Amino acid sequence: MKEIYLDFAATTFVRPEVKEAMEPYFTREFGNPGSMHSSGLHAKQALDYAREKVAKTINSRIDEVYFTGSGTESINLAVKGVARACKRAGKGNHIITSRIEHHAVMDSCKDLEKNEGFRITYLPVDKFGLINLEELEKAIAPETILITLMYANNEIGTIQQIAEIAKIAKKHNVLFHTDACQAGYELSVNVQELGVDLMTLNGSKIYGPKGVGMLFVKKGTPIVPIIHGGGQEGGLRSGTENIAGIVGFAKALEICQNAREKEAKRLTKLRDYFIKELFKRIPDIMLNGHPVQRLPNNVNVSILSIEGEAVLLKLNEFGIYASSGSACTSHDLEPSHVVLATGVPFEVAHGSLRFTFGITTNKKQLEFVLKALPPIVKELRNLSPVKLTLKDIEREIEKQKALAASVKVG
Amino acid sequence: MGKKKKISKKSKAKPAKKSKALHFQSPDGITTLGQDWFYSPTVKEHFFKPRNFLTNTSKTGLKQFNGTGLIGSAACGDVMRLWIKVDPQTEKLKECKWQTFGCGSAIASTSMLSVMVTENGGMKVEEALKITPQDILKRLGGLPARKIHCSVLGDKALRAAINDYFRQSGQLERVRGEGKKVIDKVLGITDEDIEHAVLEGAKTFEEVQHKTKVGVHDKACVPEVMQLIHYYRRKHFNED
Repeated sequence: MKEIYLDFAATTFVRPEVKEAMEPYFTREFGNPGSMHSSGLHAKQALDYAREKVAKTINSRIDEVYFTGSGTESINLAVKGVARACKRAGKGNHIITSRIEHHAVMDSCKDLEKNEGFRITYLPVDKFGLINLEELEKAIAPETILITLMYANNEIGTIQQIAEIAKIAKKHNVLFHTDACQAGYELSVNVQELGVDLMTLNGSKIYGPKGVGMLFVKKGTPIVPIIHGGGQEGGLRSGTENIAGIVGFAKALEICQNAREKEAKRLTKLRDYFIKELFKRIPDIMLNGHPVQRLPNNVNVSILSIEGEAVLLKLNEFGIYASSGSACTSHDLEPSHVVLATGVPFEVAHGSLRFTFGITTNKKQLEFVLKALPPIVKELRNLSPVKLTLKDIEREIEKQKALAASVKVG
Repeated sequence: MGKKKKISKKSKAKPAKKSKALHFQSPDGITTLGQDWFYSPTVKEHFFKPRNFLTNTSKTGLKQFNGTGLIGSAACGDVMRLWIKVDPQTEKLKECKWQTFGCGSAIASTSMLSVMVTENGGMKVEEALKITPQDILKRLGGLPARKIHCSVLGDKALRAAINDYFRQSGQLERVRGEGKKVIDKVLGITDEDIEHAVLEGAKTFEEVQHKTKVGVHDKACVPEVMQLIHYYRRKHFNED
C-alpha cells in the first residue's frame, strides 16, 4: 500500500541531501570540538561552518546562534533563561504569551508562574486564531520583561503579525521571543526583518534531523543557562555538541529558506483546492484557523458529529496519515486547547482533523484523500447518535458569547 | 470467540515472557512492542466490523425494542446510546443495538458489550446489570491505560436501558437506584466506579480521572470525588 503522509507539522523526514551532509560526522569525523587535536579541530570547524551558514540564512551575527537539543529545549531556554536573568537583575516579573502556544511555551510559563513568582498574561485569540495587537499593547506593564508568541500555529496554521508585534515590544522596551518551529519551511525567518530578540527553530520540522534545536539570541539580551556543565555554546548550553545534527540542521534550514517562496506558492494552491473540495464533498464541516493568513501547508477542519481519532484510524487503513485535536489523541482528557481558544464548543474540537502538506505532497495524493474521506465520514456519522449541524454550532457559539458578555457585565 | 481462545493459548505458551514485559513499559505507560496496531486484535476487529449497531432509527425501526439508554455528551467526546429487546418471559436480552460517538476504543467497547449480552441465547437482565467496565476490557483484550475511560460508559448505558425496560414494563420496583450514587452528573459516573478505580490502584484524583473520566465536564463533583478517594483508600488499604 502506498503511504500518503500528510502530517508534516508533526515531523518531516530527513532530506537525502541533508543526510548526506551529516554522514561524515558519525564515524569518520567523530571528534569532540573541545579537544586539542586534529580530530577535535575538524569537528569544531564543522560546527563553525554550520553556525555561519545558519547566521547567513537567518541574517544574524554568528555569535547570536545557539544550538540546543530540540525546539522544546530552545523554548525552555528562551523563556526560563530570560525570565531568570531579568529577575536576578531586578527587572520585573511579568510575561505575556497567548492561549494557543505550543505546550513547550505554555508549560514553561505555567511553571514560572507556579514556582518562581512570575505573573503571566495569556492573551486570547479571535475566531481565526489571531491575537489583537491593541490588547497586547494594553497588557504591557512596567514590570513586563518578555513577550513570547508563536510565529505560525502548529495546529490551525494561523500566522501572527510578528514584525508588528516586535515593533510594539521595542516601543515598550520589552524582549520578544517567537517560536518559529512551524515557519522555517515556508515563511521568512530573517531576524532583521522580523525584529525579534529571540527565535526558536528546530530540525525535525524542516527536513532536518530530530534532536537539534536552535535559539537566536540577539547580542546583549539578558539570558542565563538552564543546563549547566562543560560550558559549550558560550556557556549558554552545556553538553557535547551534536555535530552531525547541527550540520544537518544548517543544511536543512538553508535549503528550505532558499526554496520557500516557490514552495509556499505551490502549497497555497494545493491547500486552497483541498479545502474547497472538502467543503464541496462533506456537509457540516468547519475550517479551523484563518482562511488566508495561514501556513500554506496547513488544513484543519472540524467534522461535526464524529470523533477525530476514529477518523484517523480509518484513514490509516488507506495509508493516509493525518492528525487530530480530539481528546483521545492527546495525553490529557481535554481536546486541543488551540481549537478551543478560537471559541468553538468542545464537540467541534473533538472532531478536528489536521492535514499538513510537505515537499512530497501532490495533487494526486490529495485526490485520493478526497475520495477516501467522505465514505469514512458517512460511515462514522451512521454509527453516531450525535447529529449536529453547522446551525447548532453557530447557536452554541452565540450562546457562549452571550454568557461571556453577561459574566463581564456582572 | 474462537479467535479469543487462540490468543489466550498463544499467551499461555510464553507466560513468563509476557508478565516480564510489564516491567519494561516506557515512561508514558504505553508499549507497542509485539503489536501490529494501536489496540488489541479484538479491538481492531470490533472497530472495523462493529457488531449490532443500529442504522434504522425511524419510529418503525425502533418499535421492536423495549428499553433504551443514553449516556455521555458530545462535549466530553463520548456519547453512547443503547436499544435493547428483553424477552419478558425468560428475561433474556434478545437484542442489543447501539450508536456511539467516540474514538476507536469507545466504538469497539460498545460493539463488544452488545455481543456479550446477546451471545448464547442472551444474558439475563439481572446478570447484565452486573457487567462492569472491567468485564468489557477483559473481553477486548485490554486497552492502553489512557484509553480505559472509553470503555466505562457501556455498562452505564446498559443499566440505563434496562432501567428503562423496567419502567416501560411497569416493574417500577425493579428500577435500580442500585445503592449507587451518581457522582458525575454529566457522565453518570457512580461512587462504585470510583471505588473500582481505587481498588485498581489509583491513588490521586488525577489517576482516578484517568481511569474513569470523572470530573472532566462535571467540575462541581471534584471535591466529592476527592473525599470518596480518601474514604475508599482508608477502607481498602488503610491509608490516608
